[in-house]
Amino acid sequence: MMDFIVIPILALLAATAVTVARIRNLWAAVMFTGIYSFLSASWMLILDAPDVAFTEAAVGAGITTILMLATLSLTPRRHRKSSRLSSEDFEERPSKSPVIPLLIVTITGCALVYGTFDMPHFGDPNAPIQVYPEPSFVEKSQPDMHGLPNVVTAVLASYRGYDTLGETAVIFTAGIAVLLILRKNTDDQGISESPPLTGENA
Amino acid sequence: MTEFLGLYNYWIVIFLMMTGFYIVIARENLIKTIIGLNIFQTSVFLLYITMGKVTHGTAPILKSSHGGESHGGKSHGAEHGQDLHAATEGHIDLSVDAVTEIYSNPIPSVLMLTAIVVGIATTALALALVVRIREEYGTIEEDEILEMDRNS
Repeated sequence: MMDFIVIPILALLAATAVTVARIRNLWAAVMFTGIYSFLSASWMLILDAPDVAFTEAAVGAGITTILMLATLSLTPRRHRKSSRLSSEDFEERPSKSPVIPLLIVTITGCALVYGTFDMPHFGDPNAPIQVYPEPSFVEKSQPDMHGLPNVVTAVLASYRGYDTLGETAVIFTAGIAVLLILRKNTDDQGISESPPLTGENA
Repeated sequence: MTEFLGLYNYWIVIFLMMTGFYIVIARENLIKTIIGLNIFQTSVFLLYITMGKVTHGTAPILKSSHGGESHGGKSHGAEHGQDLHAATEGHIDLSVDAVTEIYSNPIPSVLMLTAIVVGIATTALALALVVRIREEYGTIEEDEILEMDRNS
């Protein structure tokens, strides 16, 4: 029964990824990236990871799309690109041949597939990942967290709390870096591009 | 043949990963490269999440809603009796009436939650750099930028 849901999702996921690779129009590519994020969030939900699915749908499909659209609005297209981006969205540029990248990607993919032959099967309860961190922490987490039922939250916020604190530091650093990168321009020139930049900063 | 079919999740992830990799190395538009990096990243999330799945498992949200202290004592007692069971069947909640519940592994979820948030930070930084490069060079095409660098 689940296969009827999983197989179309995976097929759509693959088709969306290929479309993103082929499409030339940047706006469409950003939209397809959002669709890709939503589809992968759906698969994560089926794979019993609802927390990750929510985060992926909110952050991957939401914030990333907004950031990309903001970047597109800050990088207006010029004559050369606008001619290319108008109607022939799937047109390949004649200047660069895709053969070498395709070759590299195929070889890498084959090597990775060869590497999976030693991996435990999908859903195998005896896989090392299921056995080795002693599974009893799952049930111990509830008394530890005074009755919190969600194990993911317990591990994220308490057992690995320092990791989450470091993550917050990363976000803070990235935010400051973005502000500095975008503000530098207003100090240097500050004539034409400043209004959209302050809008982005806020 | 059937022994390889159980690996399909990895192959799908590898396909998505290689699509992202192709976008990164074949496309010269900087925004497109970041999109490819995003796709690659999401496929890595999926790789971890698929490894945490247990057949017939459910999301790692404990069903019993006892108070902290009493449940702690009882589950600890039950745990000793069924240790062997837990080792062979993955994550099992040993609730008071011995109804076994199989949970998928929560650890990949936790790691990927962190990775998603760090990923958005790096994406935001990369996009800010793209905006900056476009202001400086007037283009976001890699070949044009390299050409300008060579001529200057």
